[in-house]
Amino acid sequence: MTTTLPPAAPMDPGHPAAYAGTSTLGDPGQIDAEGVCAWFSGRLVLETVNLTMEKSKVTALIGPSGCGKSTFLRILNRMHEVVPGAQLAGSVRLDGVDIYGPGQRAMETRRHIGMVFQKPNPFPAMTIAENVLAGLKFSRISPASKDDLIEESLSKAGLWNEVKDRLGELGGALSGGQQQRLCIARSLAVKPRVLLMDEPCSALDPTSTLRIEQTIKEIADEVTVVIVTHNMQQAQRVSDYCAFFLAEENQPGRVIEAGRTEMIFGEPTDQRTFDYVNGQFG
Amino acid sequence: MTPDGTTQTAPKGVLVTTTSASTQSAPLRDQPAVVPPATAEGMLPPTPPRPRRLPTPIRPSAFGAQDVAILVGAALSALCLVWIVFYQLTSLSGGLGFLICWYLAFLGLTWFGTAQIIERQVATDRVVAVVVVSAALLVVGIVIFIVGWVTYKAVPTIHWGSLFTKDQKNFEVADPNALAHVGILHAIIGTIEQVLIAVAIGVPFAIATAIYLNEVRGFGSRTVRTVVTAMSGTPSVVAGIFIYSMLILTHVLNYSGFAASLALVVILLPSVTRVVEEVLRVVPSGLREASQALGAPEWRTVWSVVLPTARSGVVTAVLLGIARIVGETAPLLFTAFGSQVKNWNPFLHDQGALPLVIWSDVRQAQPVLIDLAFQAAFVLMALVLILFVLARIFSRAKGKGRAKTRPDEDDFLARVFIPIPIEEREEST
Repeated sequence: MTTTLPPAAPMDPGHPAAYAGTSTLGDPGQIDAEGVCAWFSGRLVLETVNLTMEKSKVTALIGPSGCGKSTFLRILNRMHEVVPGAQLAGSVRLDGVDIYGPGQRAMETRRHIGMVFQKPNPFPAMTIAENVLAGLKFSRISPASKDDLIEESLSKAGLWNEVKDRLGELGGALSGGQQQRLCIARSLAVKPRVLLMDEPCSALDPTSTLRIEQTIKEIADEVTVVIVTHNMQQAQRVSDYCAFFLAEENQPGRVIEAGRTEMIFGEPTDQRTFDYVNGQFG
Repeated sequence: MTPDGTTQTAPKGVLVTTTSASTQSAPLRDQPAVVPPATAEGMLPPTPPRPRRLPTPIRPSAFGAQDVAILVGAALSALCLVWIVFYQLTSLSGGLGFLICWYLAFLGLTWFGTAQIIERQVATDRVVAVVVVSAALLVVGIVIFIVGWVTYKAVPTIHWGSLFTKDQKNFEVADPNALAHVGILHAIIGTIEQVLIAVAIGVPFAIATAIYLNEVRGFGSRTVRTVVTAMSGTPSVVAGIFIYSMLILTHVLNYSGFAASLALVVILLPSVTRVVEEVLRVVPSGLREASQALGAPEWRTVWSVVLPTARSGVVTAVLLGIARIVGETAPLLFTAFGSQVKNWNPFLHDQGALPLVIWSDVRQAQPVLIDLAFQAAFVLMALVLILFVLARIFSRAKGKGRAKTRPDEDDFLARVFIPIPIEEREEST
């Protein structure tokens, strides 16, 4: 495992609170992944991914199923290691601090790099308001004003007007699209610097999808967004940068091409990228 | 029969539209009653729109009159046939034998009749349906019979004034009115204290074990699961012997309610652990991931997300565990030992318990004591029934939003009441 310490880290990267103090909304972070590999039970599924996710931009990870996009995404906030039998190598730096570096705790990292999952998963035993505040409760942080934070987070997720009169209802009472926006609000409430989204719209109808895409665009200047999507149009609509993952037969997943979205979709340099974005395979 | 279950569901959709149509037309039909003044002024009365007429809903596959006739006919002709063969031709005797022969003849004639009138494939199907339904009826019948028998034996002789207020110390064999002077208060006190102590000790351990098995999945959890499964198969008398030989023979404890509680813990622990583990497994793993992704430590995830989500299931597990131990007799025999008098202190001296009253009194020669044993059985049954009803209420009393993440909510009790598939599932994983 190669751990590259950043040349100009803002604080001692070994310190647990290395990037804790600087976390404020409007302070989006940049992620540099270097030489990232991933194994499941000894089988290599992702090989040497080098990718930079620019500050305040939306980066889309595209590619056919099973090419390691989601695995890569989960490596970015240390959710990969939760899976039994999962291993990895390489370094992931958040604003220069290696999140896998010595002294870095996974819990701390996940507070700075939030995640929204494919299936909406609000906590069913909590009300809408409690769901929004869940992350703070888990971290034992009490915000200055809970009501303000709830309104702010739900507004950013585009849900405030729909639920402002029913904050006391259980989270599961919402529709699927609303649940997913509640999950986004929940992730935003802890003021992360990066928000990872793993196919956030694949379980939703087109209208809800559109709302989520609007939300992504609106939050992008406050938080760096990395989104995995199977939907080419969605990648084109929401992302600034794009990375094309592909796992060829009996090969681990690799990044074939990465760059500005217009470039990937307009004039890809690799034939395989061209084929994929034009729907000729996958 | 299955058609009965489905007849209710199928027309539902139609019925809904009928009711909505009637609610729409109801105010319109009332209108003419208010409008007449306007008619007097020469205005045209608004013609009330006709209520929508919907066709009568039918069910093509309904279990019709012909099918009922075949079954009734088969039952009657089987009765006649078996009566002739059984009593007239072969001079056999015995009610049970007659019943079994009648049932077999009934099955045969059902098949034959259906095959003749309808079709052979339908006939086989019908016979299987009859077997399945009669098996279900048999089980329900046995339960009703047991409950009914105990109620029939107990209720007429209950002396309500003394049953819940007195113990057995004033029992006089010669007293014709002895029931007015004895009761089972000592046993109720004992049972409640022993069960509460057992729950207070056992449930935290059981929940912790279930969390270890399902959430922590730590070192040796497979072994622990096997041990728990084996433990739940331990005969309850062994639990009693264990406490007796480990704590009472060694003079650590005397015969007492507390010793009985410890024996009950041995019974309670595996059964509650298994149900709680099953309940935790139903909690979607997405919730755990979501919690972790928010930066929650593991204990936080369990405490704030998993347990609250499974709360009603855990409550149900505890109530079912109580129902399981409240009627245990064997572990109490040489731990609580039983007593004829009230003993409020569970930590000192012999203590009575409802199952012990049943066990000891029903074998006595005095009819009064036998009556008392049946009354104790009745009270015990009522206690278990109350617990099961509570369990049902708790498992139903869910927030409306929760139904979405746990669609198999309604099946939960069914899964609890049928332990064998749970075991299979546990061993297969």
